[in-house]
Amino acid sequence: MRVQEKIIEGLLWLSAAITILITVSIIWVLLSESVLFFSEVSIVRFLTEKEWTPLFAEKKFGIMPLVAGTFLTTVIAIAVALPIGLTIAIYLNEYANARFKTFIKPLLEVLATIPTVVYGFFALTVVTPFLQSFIPGLAGFNALSAGIVMGIMIIPMISSLSEDAISAVPRSLREAAYGMGSTRLQTAFGVMVPAASSGILVSVILAISRAVGETMIVAIAAGQQPRLTLNPLVPIETITTYIVQVSLGDVPHGSLEYRTIFAAGMTLFVFTFLLNNLSFWIKKKYQEKYD
Amino acid sequence: MNIKHSKLEAINLDAYYGDFHALKSINIAMEEKAVTAFIGPSGCGKSTFLRTFNRMNDYIDGFRIEGQILLDGRDIYTDDVRVDELRKEVGMVFQKPNPFPKTIYENVVYGLRIQGIKDKKILQETCEKSLQQAALWNEVKDKLDKSALALSGGQQQRLCIARALAIQPSVILMDEPASALDPISTAKIEDLIYELKKDYTIVIVTHNMQQAGRVSDHTAFFYMGELVEYAKTKTMFTSPKDTRTQNYITGRFG
Amino acid sequence: MTNSEKNRRKDKAFQVFGIFCTFIGLVVLAIFLIDIVIEGIGRIDWDFLTSLPSRRAARAGILTAWAGTIWILVLSALIAFPLGIAAGVYLEEYAKKTKLSNFLEINIANLAGVPSIIYGLLGLELFVRIMNLGGILLAGALTLSLLILPIIIVTTREAIKAVPRTIRDGSFALGASKWQTVWYQVLPASFGGILTGVILALSRAVGEAAPLIVIGALAYVPFVPSSPMDEFTVLPIQIFNWTSRPQAAFLTNAAAAIIILLLITFLLNGIAVYLRHRQQKKIKW
Repeated sequence: MRVQEKIIEGLLWLSAAITILITVSIIWVLLSESVLFFSEVSIVRFLTEKEWTPLFAEKKFGIMPLVAGTFLTTVIAIAVALPIGLTIAIYLNEYANARFKTFIKPLLEVLATIPTVVYGFFALTVVTPFLQSFIPGLAGFNALSAGIVMGIMIIPMISSLSEDAISAVPRSLREAAYGMGSTRLQTAFGVMVPAASSGILVSVILAISRAVGETMIVAIAAGQQPRLTLNPLVPIETITTYIVQVSLGDVPHGSLEYRTIFAAGMTLFVFTFLLNNLSFWIKKKYQEKYD
Repeated sequence: MNIKHSKLEAINLDAYYGDFHALKSINIAMEEKAVTAFIGPSGCGKSTFLRTFNRMNDYIDGFRIEGQILLDGRDIYTDDVRVDELRKEVGMVFQKPNPFPKTIYENVVYGLRIQGIKDKKILQETCEKSLQQAALWNEVKDKLDKSALALSGGQQQRLCIARALAIQPSVILMDEPASALDPISTAKIEDLIYELKKDYTIVIVTHNMQQAGRVSDHTAFFYMGELVEYAKTKTMFTSPKDTRTQNYITGRFG
Repeated sequence: MTNSEKNRRKDKAFQVFGIFCTFIGLVVLAIFLIDIVIEGIGRIDWDFLTSLPSRRAARAGILTAWAGTIWILVLSALIAFPLGIAAGVYLEEYAKKTKLSNFLEINIANLAGVPSIIYGLLGLELFVRIMNLGGILLAGALTLSLLILPIIIVTTREAIKAVPRTIRDGSFALGASKWQTVWYQVLPASFGGILTGVILALSRAVGEAAPLIVIGALAYVPFVPSSPMDEFTVLPIQIFNWTSRPQAAFLTNAAAAIIILLLITFLLNGIAVYLRHRQQKKIKW
């Protein structure tokens, strides 16, 4: 009986410990292949060269064009999702009644459940032609429409996390603002949003992390041309798209080209890891503040 | 005080939550087949003390005790005591009725099931007998397969008592068993306690002075982790020795 | 106009803007769904569902794709379900508040934030190369299991947390061991919530293309997989493949396949919502 209990506890512990093994494996896989990559291509070249052409005859290994593409689509996505998501959060908290809230929140969540490959199709076949009708120079593949669609996908992430943050602000604060004759708008922006700012920041950071790692939308709609540019109208390539591009081809295992996807993956992992931990750190500090 | 046959005993018992000294060298012996009430203001340690008798505090991080708790003269905190065996002997009823989200029948036989008893006849017989002992049989005999959560609060609490009786303990610990109930349900629980003490040793924690007076044979008054006074209930309520007891009983604090 | 009138107008204006924002995403989604349905619904027929892929758009079907998707779903569930629940139970019921359990917690939150394509790289190296499985169903399912494991763990913990302390006390007081309490009380009482989480995790897995492309799932598989050791494709990869082609007829195919993929996704989410609703109605502590 006691032995059985111990065995079960051991098995449960093992299951939990596997999660650490996964993290270790991710880091190990990325590191071990990256180390091989960097033994052939110096880190300086990787960070400073302005072109990324590992699949061409004349190889250049500058990650910057891919980072720029990732940065561009992410900025556009956040530019769409942050104002809309935050407005929704404020509206639902300060204006909407409870019934409307319970009705609309699950509907908004639907936006986050649509597979990204579907959003990619949408960006390519609907949004880009629509934008082309009034932006003449817009290429068939571009960062703009991929970014906008990604932004729409991320709206519920920002709106629901921000709403949680705003509704966690003590009632007394809101009542104090109303008591002094503030309108709902003044209360929202003068009191609630500043008080919930760290929670809102967390939602934005997590949204950025999500956008940075997003793959299929950009792979379908943003193009496969690594380019060091901030022009949203031309085809670009993100880190994630590059990994997909190589995976679709016939790059032999163990070759330098094969290792580039791990070096690219390592770069991506470092970005998202830093962003995620930054958000945890802020969240923890913020919780302590309110306790 | 004169105890004829001591069922439960604490000897020089100290208890700590981390640095907090929750119980301070308690010495007490409790009469078999009698009702002993623990009274005292919130945070005085009476519930903590009650929970040492079936080792319910074991799972609390940072909790530890020094001294001895004896059940029938045997220390229950030695390594060779199995907690599950101990709890078969020492049943417990909680402050808030906590029926499992299962049928009434499954609630009552749960203690038997986890002992590995599968014989339907035994289970059914035990179920009926326990519910009868808990004065609940007539109210639920036609809906044993209905969810226990559908019962009223008072019925739920009697179900929890039946559940404790089903594994045939000799001691029943009750942690403010009627504090969440209305007066009528409370009266039923008190009547039940009176019936049960014929066969069981009962220790009850209560906030309610009148209740202690009505149901208990002996009363122990706790204050800030100390056992201040322990006497026959009648004696304590009519002529308390300690001024703190007197103040508490007369409602000057608490 | 007085100051307070101005303020009231601004307040009203923001309210209108709030309603606009709340619905803009949904309106866009609706436009899109309608567009997809118009484009794709005419393409869906029995042949489309039961035909093998083909180089000619008009003859191509999604049989291998949806069969692969179902395979992946079932296999991932079989792997991630027990593992995720076990880990969740350990963290919530057994783990003491030590530095290690704190570290475990942060680690799981981190894993939940790792981009799916990174899991693809992990699967490529670990399952495809080192374990030498190749780009087969089992490798794909293992990869996606790792991807959804953090989601399952987190929802399991939340569901378990919702079971009141008093239920555990009641069980312990009757002499039940820790595991008996977990098995007979905690898990049954939280099962609805756990199941909801698992299904939501699966609905995430069903839409994933990137990690499976990375481990080498193929776009063109001319047979229905019959065992976990077979090569495979899934609906999202098929959609991706058709979307990347210049011919309009393939875009129509993609739209039709999207309708099927969305049906599966919405079905899974619908089940999850229903289960959650039923759970909330059934047990009121």
